[in-house]
Amino acid sequence: MENSVLIRTVNLTKIYPSGEQPITALRDVNLVFQAGEFAGLVGPSGSGKTTLLNIVGSLDVPTSGSVEVLGEKIETLSHKKAARLRNRHIGFIFQTFNLLPVYTVYENVEFPLLLLGMTAAARRKAVRDALAWVGLSDREHSRPAQLSGGQSQRVAIARAVVKKPDLVLADEPTANLDADNSHHILHTMEDINRDLGTTFLFSTHDAKVIAHLRRKITLVDGRVTADEARTT
Amino acid sequence: MIIPKLAFRNLIGNGAKTWLNALVLSFSFVAIIWGQSLFEGMDREMSKVTIDQEAGGGQYWAGAYDPYDPATIDDAPAAIPADLAAEAAAGRAAPILIVSATIYPKGRMFPALLKGVDPDQDVLKLPFDRLLGGDGEIPGLIGARTAKSTGLAKGDTVTVRWRDASGTFDAADVVVVDVFQTQVQTVDSGLIWVPLETLQAMTGRPGRATVVTVPVGSAPRSYPGWGFQDYDVLLKDIKSFVQAKSLGFSIFYVTLMALALLAIFNTQILSIWHRRREIGMLIALGMPRGRVIALFTLEGALLSILAAAVGAVYGLPLLIYMSKHGWVLPAGQADSFGLALDKALYPAYSTGLVFGTILLVLAATTIVSFLPTRKIVTLKPTDALKGKWS
Repeated sequence: MENSVLIRTVNLTKIYPSGEQPITALRDVNLVFQAGEFAGLVGPSGSGKTTLLNIVGSLDVPTSGSVEVLGEKIETLSHKKAARLRNRHIGFIFQTFNLLPVYTVYENVEFPLLLLGMTAAARRKAVRDALAWVGLSDREHSRPAQLSGGQSQRVAIARAVVKKPDLVLADEPTANLDADNSHHILHTMEDINRDLGTTFLFSTHDAKVIAHLRRKITLVDGRVTADEARTT
Repeated sequence: MIIPKLAFRNLIGNGAKTWLNALVLSFSFVAIIWGQSLFEGMDREMSKVTIDQEAGGGQYWAGAYDPYDPATIDDAPAAIPADLAAEAAAGRAAPILIVSATIYPKGRMFPALLKGVDPDQDVLKLPFDRLLGGDGEIPGLIGARTAKSTGLAKGDTVTVRWRDASGTFDAADVVVVDVFQTQVQTVDSGLIWVPLETLQAMTGRPGRATVVTVPVGSAPRSYPGWGFQDYDVLLKDIKSFVQAKSLGFSIFYVTLMALALLAIFNTQILSIWHRRREIGMLIALGMPRGRVIALFTLEGALLSILAAAVGAVYGLPLLIYMSKHGWVLPAGQADSFGLALDKALYPAYSTGLVFGTILLVLAATTIVSFLPTRKIVTLKPTDALKGKWS
């Protein structure tokens, strides 16, 4: 349905200047993602997965073409408006977790809510709920340095979903995790997708992740070479 | 309120690094406050004792009188205006007649000034009442410095030679009735105090004086042939001395401050470099760049507040101890300055000094913290997240 379109890219091209030979990371990418999808961008390193994710997440802008996320045209957004879009509607999960090292687990998860200006009581409830989703209720006072890789990524997931965003962008979320932890966090994300209706868009070349995807988009040299709906 | 809250969290979360920086910065706080309070205390003490013993509430100088020009001394004395004479009679003004002289203690010869003062005056706090009485001899009062340089002591007699109003040399013996101690060298060195009327009679200058000192709080008035000198003139040497010393010391604390600020600047640059992933993450989480800059700047500014608190822990006891016991100058050091310095310097702390210093350090720290954060504006979040510096 047209009104449930969350992301639309039209002839999206991204070129990075690099000496005499510019690097074309994305070429004429045309994609549409509906709300509630659990989709992934797959492909080898350098195929443009992360670039696409960054542009959709308004962390970068296209060289040409258009990207519309939640009705906002990314290429025309000011820094401030892009920050507002990310703050309210988009959650990020990164390969390296990127937790704030001096904060506790609770404070890390609480952080996006502080930016949203939520009341202390509302923040407390949301953080406790998010930590319950990822099974870390007993670690809220721990610091990132005291957590394992799997636990750190679960904190990152809790931080990404605590504000109940419309879209979560996960860049190689299992790259630093063992098989058990990978499955655990993928199940967690699937649960959140199902229970909250949050759209997940992955960038991955991990077979474990690919196995959970309901839609797989293959990128090679910045071009979409396949777009398959799957049943998991 | 989110930025201060996060800045505080980050600052405390940085642990030993934060406390080390705060400690270094606190040295600047304590050094500036201690140094400046010493000069403020020195200024107050020297001004007070000079006002008590010499300047009073101001002085009227006979027209030609210039204390820095010896040639004017003998020509300056003028008739004391009637109003001032009446005030002097009531003890509310202290006329002083100054005459140049030569003294011959123990066969040697010294240039000196004879100063005639009313022994009953209440304006200057020196023991002039000891000039009262005498058995037909001329009583003289000298300070400890003059006693030391001339070898005179209480009870000694010294021959004094002077020129009277008509220019004729005359001489007489003066008996040293007492030797007094004072910080104010200008009421001691090379001076012999004698009763005013005696000196007027000795020099043929009845009813005349060179200087009339009035009590503190007196309103200046105009008398023909006399000029009123306020503290701008009378305490000028003290102010200049304190200013010169304060300026010299400020080089020390500016250096200390510069080192502390350099440490903060360096820490900020390193911090931004080390925390570039965190900066990328903050931007990814939706924090506008301006707020990221404000966060890092505030962290630096909060450091100075923390430094003030750290400084207070060890600085307050030190500064309180100093204000009670003073900083004792090495023997003979106080006199070497030529001003009314006591044997110990007692710091004086004013609210302006303490808050002024805190504001100064806070402002400097904030500026120094802000400068490196401008780099964040140019940082691409996608690079920052990868740990790159674009």
